[in-house]
Amino acid sequence: MSTTETTASGIGPVEGASLYDVDNPAPVIESPRKRTNKTPKSTRGNFEMYGWLFMRLSGIVLVVLVLGHLLIQLVLDGGVTKVGFAFVAGRWASPWWQVWDLAMLWLAMLHGANGLRTVINDYAEQASTRLWLKGLLYTATVFTILLGTLVIFTFDPNIR
Amino acid sequence: MPAGTLYRGREGMWSWVAHRVTGVLIFFFLFVHVLDTALVRVSPEAYDKVVATYKSPIVAVLEYGLVAAILFHALNGLRVIAVDFWSKGPRYQKQMLWTVVGIWVVLMLGAIYPVLGHAAREVFGS
Repeated sequence: MSTTETTASGIGPVEGASLYDVDNPAPVIESPRKRTNKTPKSTRGNFEMYGWLFMRLSGIVLVVLVLGHLLIQLVLDGGVTKVGFAFVAGRWASPWWQVWDLAMLWLAMLHGANGLRTVINDYAEQASTRLWLKGLLYTATVFTILLGTLVIFTFDPNIR
Repeated sequence: MPAGTLYRGREGMWSWVAHRVTGVLIFFFLFVHVLDTALVRVSPEAYDKVVATYKSPIVAVLEYGLVAAILFHALNGLRVIAVDFWSKGPRYQKQMLWTVVGIWVVLMLGAIYPVLGHAAREVFGS
């Protein structure tokens, strides 16, 4: 049994004067995570903040690129029935559509990869599971981006 | 599910769930779509053969589902940006979700003929 008197709120002994007055409406409680000289320096940087910002910026651009792509491929001039090698050759004859498709490929793949990274972090509870799933994700992402880029730049309408 | 997770339900949670599900679906489609387009580097015949399967009625229905996922993800993504960057965004998040759903329904009705029309002509004859 302690002989020290404590207040009901557990703040500590009250010796005469009240902890609360006009200038001190509530006692100051030291921050449990106060930064001191002993606090280790963060090694993580602002990666997650830039990731968050990238999702929003790329998202706005992708709305234009992808909805434009859907309009051309699925709605105009007979929709999907017109799509074929000749149609692709016609589109990629123009640098405008090459750049459009290249931007769409890179932004969509990076946007999707970062989204899936978040999903993996949320649901894969074991560190080894996260490692393998993210390894698979990054491999597939790099492969898809490189393959798509190569196809756009090396497309040959007279391939035969 | 991780233990101790408290979901609050309603518009905020369900739009978040739908955004995740549609996002994952679109990513997997994108992976396949880059692979099929890469066939233009193999031969015109290989590409046209695969694209021909995309013109079948069953794939047309899947395509309509893909359009549904992309349109929701795009519109709700704009709503998420508004919630994050517009000072009154969080207060109007529910109204914005129902606006998103309204625009989505209109666009999906508009997509019926362009996306499913050729499939209907094939199935029912024209």
